[in-house]
Amino acid sequence: MTSAVPRRRRHGRVRWWTYLLLVLAAVVCLFPLYWMFVVATTDTATATRMPPAVVPGGNFFHLLGLVLETVPFVQALLNSLFVATAIGAGQAVLCALAGFAFAKLDFRGRNVLFLVVVLTMTVPTQLSVIPQYLIMSWLGWVDTLQALVVPGLASAFGIFWMRQHITATIDDELVQAATIDGASTGQVFWRIAFPIVRPAAFVLGLFGFVTAWNDFLWPFIVLKTPERYTAQIAIKALQNSYDVDLGLAMSGSFLATAPLVVLFVVVGRRMVAGVLEGAFKG
Amino acid sequence: MSAVALTLVPTPRAAPPPPVRRRARGLGERVTPYAYIAPFFVLFAVFGLFPFAFTFYVALFDWNPIGDQVFIGVDNFVRMFGDPRFWNAARNTVSIWFLSTVPQLLIALLLAHVLNHARLRFALFFRMSVLVPYVTSVAATAIVFAQLFDRDYGLLNWLLGLVGVSPVDFVQSTAGSHVLIATMVTWRWFGYTTLLYLASLQSVPRAVFEAAAIDGAGPWQRFRHITVPSLRPVIIFTVVTSTIGGLQIFTEPLLIATGAPLTCGAVRQCQTLTLFLYEQGFGEFEFGYGSAVGVALFVMVVVIAAVNYLLAGRIRADR
Repeated sequence: MTSAVPRRRRHGRVRWWTYLLLVLAAVVCLFPLYWMFVVATTDTATATRMPPAVVPGGNFFHLLGLVLETVPFVQALLNSLFVATAIGAGQAVLCALAGFAFAKLDFRGRNVLFLVVVLTMTVPTQLSVIPQYLIMSWLGWVDTLQALVVPGLASAFGIFWMRQHITATIDDELVQAATIDGASTGQVFWRIAFPIVRPAAFVLGLFGFVTAWNDFLWPFIVLKTPERYTAQIAIKALQNSYDVDLGLAMSGSFLATAPLVVLFVVVGRRMVAGVLEGAFKG
Repeated sequence: MSAVALTLVPTPRAAPPPPVRRRARGLGERVTPYAYIAPFFVLFAVFGLFPFAFTFYVALFDWNPIGDQVFIGVDNFVRMFGDPRFWNAARNTVSIWFLSTVPQLLIALLLAHVLNHARLRFALFFRMSVLVPYVTSVAATAIVFAQLFDRDYGLLNWLLGLVGVSPVDFVQSTAGSHVLIATMVTWRWFGYTTLLYLASLQSVPRAVFEAAAIDGAGPWQRFRHITVPSLRPVIIFTVVTSTIGGLQIFTEPLLIATGAPLTCGAVRQCQTLTLFLYEQGFGEFEFGYGSAVGVALFVMVVVIAAVNYLLAGRIRADR
């Protein structure tokens, strides 16, 4: 008994190397973004100087002008905003609807259909880009933004996640009482269920937004004209003119990343909470 | 703001309670549930399942998108097995996948373990910091890391120069380009994986760790005998998902070799299978051959994911 107190303290204290490790991890995570900004604000002569410059220069607006001359980057940012918002909002609503149906409604084939939803997560769809492209050309959607938006509107993982939240947060009695009072299924969903799970749907939409904003392979395949480019494809276009200025692709990367970093500063807490409260509890 | 935390309660593992029975309802109410789940099934059928199945069909053709489609049976596969470019891409893919997955999962394990400390200060800052790479796009990641690793103007080579190492041309060498790509992948994903592990660790009662400490278990023993075994399901999950993702790497190799992007360098030193698929399909317009590569990639993903699943399953056996 006498040694119990020091032992407990030994486990309770956070050691210095724990902080050293975590600060190192934070620096590793944040430095590349800072470096992006440094190179995006310096001219070629400074960017290629040895030792490398480690503070931002004053060349940001010059490079910004070059970026806008090379590719319609403002349009690209707007395209990304449109695609990512549509996908984020679509996933939040459609997955909440389906999750609600699987959690609270009674219908034939419910369990089998839910199993099918889970199993679809194992199909690696990225390998099928060639037939996906053929479908888009049959639909006449090549080089359009709906070719990016429509396939991403619903996700199996989102349905799984929303079903879990609805099961955990909404009592059957609540749904039952509303039904007895004469509410239709639609009213139960929109007036009762959705307001309760809206925070979870918002986090799901955020992840959908971020993933869509950062998507590369599929937009790279279907988008052809610069006016339709998303920000990621515009970065690639800037890289093709690499010889103009070292900082050009870096400026584009900075412009495409800054909005998400701002978004993350505002709602990152919720994204962290979303991962921590995710569907993967062992 | 705290509404998030309040509503995000852990889900019970038990089966959901019996759903609400509704009788004496009209046809409209009976089809409503199907209407709610229909969007997903329609979208998945059209843009997921059909293209997936159709890949196997297209792979049997000499399929020119702007010309003829001729049925040639398994000729694409015969050609693929004799194509050194395919085997090169397959080797690169496995190498890059291994180099990016193993360190990522080990770093995540360690960080999750230390982030789980009850009295950690600035915990939210550290948790948010490690998720920043996740919101950075792959394209931006590739651009900035290619610059940091640049032979002539990169910060890394400058630092190496300070200790007398002559400049390393990462992109032009096979090993170097693989390390470069693996670094990008690891950087972008280790924080996300860390949070997944942390989520799982938080459901282990703190008393378990405390009891072990009182019984004389040191930090390493607690890590080895409590942290790792209790994370088993989520480790299996991340091993499988990072295998599926890691074998489909495309953007990083496309963006680092600016001179020859579709082959990732003059001698295809870092061309992955997905990049090879893209080169054949959309560079050479050989949709049939490209689809055959897609089929091969699918088989590879299934085999490696299955092997990993079995290996990860052994974690408990060591307990």
